[in-house]
Amino acid sequence: MEAGAPFVVWFEESDASSVHRVGGKCASLGELRRAGVAVPAGFAVTTDAHRLFLERTGLTDRLASIVAAVDPQDVAAVASASRELRGLVESAPVPEEVARDVREGLGELERRCGGGPLPVAVRSSATAEDHYTASFAGQLETYLWVLGAEDVLRHVVRCWSGLFTPHAITYRAQFGFAEEQVLVGVGVQQMVDARAAGVMFTLNPTNGDRSKVMIEACWGLGEGIVKGDVNPDRHLVDKVALSILQRTPGGKDMEYRFDPEAGEVVCTPVEEERRAVHCLSEDEVMELARTAKAIERHYGAPQDIEWAIGRGTGTGAEGLFILQSRPETVWSTRPRESVFKPGASALEHVLDRFTGGAAAGDS
Amino acid sequence: MAEVKERIDRFPSPFEVEVPPGAEGWERLYPYYYLFRDEDRDTEEGKFWFFDGMHNPEPIYPFDSIMNENWWVALNQYTTRVWVVPPALGIDHRVVNGYLYISPNTITDPERIAERATHFTERAGYYFEHWDELYANWIRKAEDVIQRLKDLTFEDLPEREPMETITSGRGLMSSFDLLRDYSALLDNMHEIGYLHFEMLGLGYGAYLTFKEFCGKAFPGIGDQTIAKMVAGIDILFFRPDDEVRNLSQLAIDSSLAEVFTRDDTSPEQMLEDVAARPGGAAWLEAFEKAKDPWFWLATGPGYCHQHRAWVDDLTVPFQAMRGYIEKLQAGEDIRRPLEHILEERDRLTAEYRELLPTEEDKKPFDDLVQLARTVYPFVENHNFYVEHWHHSMFWNKVRDLGQIFVNHGFLEDREDIFYLHRYEVYDALYDLLAEWATETPARGRSHWPGEIADRKRIIEALRKWQPPPALGTPPEAVNEPFTIMLWGITTDTVKTWLQVLGGGDGETASNELRGFAAAPGVAEGPARVITAVEQLAEVQTGEILVCPITAPSWAPVFSRIKAAVSDIGGIMAHAAIVSREYGLPAVVGTGFATKRIKTGQMVRVDGDTGVVTILD
Repeated sequence: MEAGAPFVVWFEESDASSVHRVGGKCASLGELRRAGVAVPAGFAVTTDAHRLFLERTGLTDRLASIVAAVDPQDVAAVASASRELRGLVESAPVPEEVARDVREGLGELERRCGGGPLPVAVRSSATAEDHYTASFAGQLETYLWVLGAEDVLRHVVRCWSGLFTPHAITYRAQFGFAEEQVLVGVGVQQMVDARAAGVMFTLNPTNGDRSKVMIEACWGLGEGIVKGDVNPDRHLVDKVALSILQRTPGGKDMEYRFDPEAGEVVCTPVEEERRAVHCLSEDEVMELARTAKAIERHYGAPQDIEWAIGRGTGTGAEGLFILQSRPETVWSTRPRESVFKPGASALEHVLDRFTGGAAAGDS
Repeated sequence: MAEVKERIDRFPSPFEVEVPPGAEGWERLYPYYYLFRDEDRDTEEGKFWFFDGMHNPEPIYPFDSIMNENWWVALNQYTTRVWVVPPALGIDHRVVNGYLYISPNTITDPERIAERATHFTERAGYYFEHWDELYANWIRKAEDVIQRLKDLTFEDLPEREPMETITSGRGLMSSFDLLRDYSALLDNMHEIGYLHFEMLGLGYGAYLTFKEFCGKAFPGIGDQTIAKMVAGIDILFFRPDDEVRNLSQLAIDSSLAEVFTRDDTSPEQMLEDVAARPGGAAWLEAFEKAKDPWFWLATGPGYCHQHRAWVDDLTVPFQAMRGYIEKLQAGEDIRRPLEHILEERDRLTAEYRELLPTEEDKKPFDDLVQLARTVYPFVENHNFYVEHWHHSMFWNKVRDLGQIFVNHGFLEDREDIFYLHRYEVYDALYDLLAEWATETPARGRSHWPGEIADRKRIIEALRKWQPPPALGTPPEAVNEPFTIMLWGITTDTVKTWLQVLGGGDGETASNELRGFAAAPGVAEGPARVITAVEQLAEVQTGEILVCPITAPSWAPVFSRIKAAVSDIGGIMAHAAIVSREYGLPAVVGTGFATKRIKTGQMVRVDGDTGVVTILD
């Protein structure tokens, strides 16, 4: 740990090389922001903060020994160990230096977003997250609509304790991650009150065609699509020609949204008349596709991107925001087949189309 | 209209189509071999006949049938006998109620296909390998045919042969010259027809191959996007409009703008006024230079005599010139964005190339782009030489001959000659020569005026008939390449037609029409339905043009409209190309747009998805 280094780092101060310090998700958001992509404003609570927390509380060894004692195959034992581990973490105090930096960071974020109390998302950003073959990220925590410094701090600690969900314990045991290597950064980010949200791929996920962007969209937050319980609208865009090829409305009978009274995200039915209506305009589809293309170009590889369109109310976030971009893993790792007959000249291909395959030696 | 659609699995039988009232006897307007005969009913009903509105949106005038017969032989012989296209045997023709229906003949026997393939490979291979020199030679041949057409003149028979006939001892005279020149005129038409199709099938084939590979590598890629990767800027179709733009600039530079922007002034009057002004002579010189050949542009596909060229009626180019002058005066740049077209073509090609499924695909992709670009100039430019420059001039030569018949009382108007088919013209000519030879009044004087009055009535009655998009038995699948490429007819199109017919002949409950997404973008506006070239002047700024088919010479109209919709045409249709050039959304090949949409209705044209929605 550098002496005097802050425990809070703004997204735009991070990039892909900052994974060890801010975790994979925050590093990726920083990288995107630096590439000029609209990412909701925010900062990372660094892994140094996590480490200091473990040192001050003296929990490191104790946590490791509880984990070591548990049989990862024994579901009941893992669950009970998880409760104990999370309880230990969540009842431990946050070091004052860390708490101070987070409070200051939140104050600054509120100023940057127009002043006044700002609902934020608090997400864990694990340092082991960018192992592409593992969908570890999905097993870590995200808390939405967190308001005020004390609540933010409480959720930062919950992100740290999230390392001890039953799933995460089993997962690390299975893939042999040493317990002491896993530190978690935590992202604190302006909330987007999404009118519509979803995911997009910078290729056609049905056939791997890289000249397309496939966008899936639903009303409200993107949770429904990520979880798979909302049937989204689909838009297929040719990213070279920049034209929309297909727009297929989905069922969209439910939407996830934040309920200020309940203080949580709820899933509610969508009125009949909004279900079959596209939740994105053509201009929005094109803006998404152009953004997807820019992000893919930045990374030089196909991406799997989460996005939201803010209403501009509640949190001030209006318009398109990119929430996350990850490398696409299905088609990118699969060998693709040639469309051209190997070795045949252009002329042979043309003759082929008239002769039904005789010219270029088809069997 | 009832919501429940009757499911039908075939189109009306060509033998059960009713003759529209007043059109009885229409059959005699066409050669016998053009008609369905009861003897062949079983075979003919089993075939798929689709309406060729692309070439003949209106009933065919008897003389104009030469144009269809021309490709009936010229195109099909290349397919069957010259290139020996393995699975195809040309496209058959019939006329029903004055409208042309065509049917592709295909081969299914694999042995016969294989046998033909050997010949095809050798023959077509030669043309592809020598394409550039053959195309250069083709241009020379086409210009030669056109020059010989230009040199043909039709002059009336003299009161008596000149003394020169005696002194030269020629032994042949004006009567012989007239017959010979009429034959030469017909031969000239057939000759350009042979040239028309010399390179066309192969050119389309090469383009189509590239298109199919793009479709495999990038499923769903727009046809218009593929065309953009291939098209260059040297497309002759844009030259006439470019010439008008240049003349507009010159008018401003020569302080003549005011002459061309006056209301209620005929083009002829404008030309007189220009001649009287200082600087007028230079403008007129430039105008004459531009006119030949660029104003030979027909105001239709060129297949019908009534599609007059700009040279015949300067209203269209002069209207366009007025528009351009006003834009220039408002400080606008009216030059076509040529650089942008080439930049976009290179960008698209490079980006798709990078996204090909494998590295190994890059070389064949490059080669096919190259080949498609090689053949594309012919594919695009042959139209100007053949359908515009040649055919427009051809129709005028026929009119000159018509004038001779007017002089002798066979016809009341030179235009009436188009009510005779070409063999009848030969008969009438011989009748006329007999009169000249004997001074016995020709039978034609009493025969033709009444017959032509009848025929006019018949054509008018046929005009009121709405030809169904197809007749007979639908094919399992449409896979004949030219049917798809030129006419935009696919297996899906046929299905849609059947559904629409099942719902009551085009009047379904649905407010949507589907066609080819020919030029990208979306636009909404009031529709203007144009079914005849003469209505073109009705098109108002901001309207959506709805027509059976557009022609390149309509280009000036494209600067006023918001989008184009046509009944007929595939991706290579001119409406598609011109719309892309003008950046307008276009949907072509909708089948029924001119039937379903009424002038003034609000419509939405989605050139990305090929859907036209009637909003009212």
